[in-house]
Amino acid sequence: MPEIFVLAEHRQGQIRDITYEMLTKAREIAEKANLMLTAVILGKEVKEKAKTLAEYAKKVLVVEDAKLENFNSDAYQKVLVNLMKEYKPTLTLIGHTSYGIELAPRLAAALNMPLATDCIDLALEGDTLTVTRQMYGGKVNVNATLRKAESYMVTVRQAAFTTQKPVTPLNGEIIEKPSLLTEEITTKRFIQYILPPPGGVDITAAEKLVGIGRGIKDQSNIPLIEDFAKTIGAVLACSRPIVDKGWLPNDRQVGSSGKTVKPKLYIALGISGAFQHVLGMKNSDLIIAINKDPNAPIFSFSDYGVVEDLFKIIPSLKNKIYELKGQKA
Amino acid sequence: MDIVVCVKHVPETAEAELKIDASGKGIEKSGLVFYINEWDDYALEEAVRIKEKFGGTVTAITVGAEDSDSTLRKCLARGADKAIRLTDPKFAGSDGYATAKILYSVIKNLHYDLVLTGMQAGDDGYAMVGPILAEMLGIPHTTMAKKIELEAGVAKVNRELEGGLEEQLEIKLPALISVQTGINEPCYVSIMGIRKAMQKEINVMTLADTGLSEADMGETGSWLKIEKLYVPPAEKQTEFLKGTPDEVAAKVAEILKARGFI
Repeated sequence: MPEIFVLAEHRQGQIRDITYEMLTKAREIAEKANLMLTAVILGKEVKEKAKTLAEYAKKVLVVEDAKLENFNSDAYQKVLVNLMKEYKPTLTLIGHTSYGIELAPRLAAALNMPLATDCIDLALEGDTLTVTRQMYGGKVNVNATLRKAESYMVTVRQAAFTTQKPVTPLNGEIIEKPSLLTEEITTKRFIQYILPPPGGVDITAAEKLVGIGRGIKDQSNIPLIEDFAKTIGAVLACSRPIVDKGWLPNDRQVGSSGKTVKPKLYIALGISGAFQHVLGMKNSDLIIAINKDPNAPIFSFSDYGVVEDLFKIIPSLKNKIYELKGQKA
Repeated sequence: MDIVVCVKHVPETAEAELKIDASGKGIEKSGLVFYINEWDDYALEEAVRIKEKFGGTVTAITVGAEDSDSTLRKCLARGADKAIRLTDPKFAGSDGYATAKILYSVIKNLHYDLVLTGMQAGDDGYAMVGPILAEMLGIPHTTMAKKIELEAGVAKVNRELEGGLEEQLEIKLPALISVQTGINEPCYVSIMGIRKAMQKEINVMTLADTGLSEADMGETGSWLKIEKLYVPPAEKQTEFLKGTPDEVAAKVAEILKARGFI
């Protein structure tokens, strides 16, 4: 029976959310196209984890090897090339994460298998695979088809799908496979994890956040915004460019490469709303965006929008808040 | 240390208004400002810094139309020694895979210890050219680099994971590394640099120079065929607040009060 592979992503003993998101979407595709849903997990001691995956898949392929203790795309590629040649999955899903970005394109090239990256939706009809992805930082959606092939590979954007546990566990059969790794991988070697410096601010714990983006223009404008944030007891957060410029430390970064936040209030100032940022904040209870670009994608995710230069709004807004509080600015 | 940097000339779209063109498969490019892809800007900077430390050469290479010269000139002004532009009408419509094939056809004949790319391009966002190119060249690779330290025969690379977490890897040279933004602070171009850059030659190559066939590139040589572009549907019904800045500020303050935030 033809099958769908979903590559489980895990780190330090934890299966990452993207795995279940992919398994949820893959289950829908597998049911429609009558495909076997197979989860694949590689690691050092991962049999226990395979039992959890078996609730979501009809089959779980487990490859255990001490050489697979930490993620290493070269080791993964060697193992997966063998597995995929043996099982010939119609479709393989891998997360569009730091791991998937390292692994999938090279694996696809090695297998000469068409790959679509960073997909937010996909559909298999007959032997045609159609995907939805984004261009220009999320300003445009694209429907695309992959070149006709017997096997396809797709990397899936995080949080594109919502995990749904099967009503009754699928009790997938767990099958152990050998890694066939005969020697140490010397081309690429994992050394260590590097933790962010301690003592930073935990933006995920804040009830109110004021997020700043490129529209802030200059580092010298940050105190003005910090001052405003204080008037409502909010914590300052930001999008990636602000961290890249070194204006705020990376523990303030909201988004796919930063933190996912869900505050009661998120005020986005001068944030265009590239998908990487939106992923990290779109589930906030109330979102107010101020941006001078009426077409900024951030507005598609906001409850209230203000199309205006933020520097014209913020000083006045601060005064109004003081007035409502009955205090002097 | 000879370094090849792959760069792309892309439209600045973060603050621009985009319109889908008549074909429905692209955007209207007129009126947009083109510049060096943001991630590639960091890759170029990293290449120049490594050259300053270890010596050697930096070669910037791009697949694109003639107007990509402004991006290559910028690379030369910032410290690249050579520039190669791969231009042919047949290259149009190439996805990341076909682009990697075109780059490979030329880079395989160059001497390099390191190939640097941006981890993705701001226009199509594939994040695939680097690793595919590494597979074709048969050299180790890593992606999303936030720090590169070179030692004898190896590169120690800090990769970005998420939430501030990184992992440190060691890869053997020669290698391909795709860099993430924030790895360094790209410099401004000096007037001296611009003057020098104007005297340098850009080596232009076409399909005939690649040894590839037409079937390897464009839509036929790609994995992905674009069918349709459209504006993403809004996830929320946004209420736009209108008026003078003072009026709008008052409205925002009222909303904050009504919701109990003041």
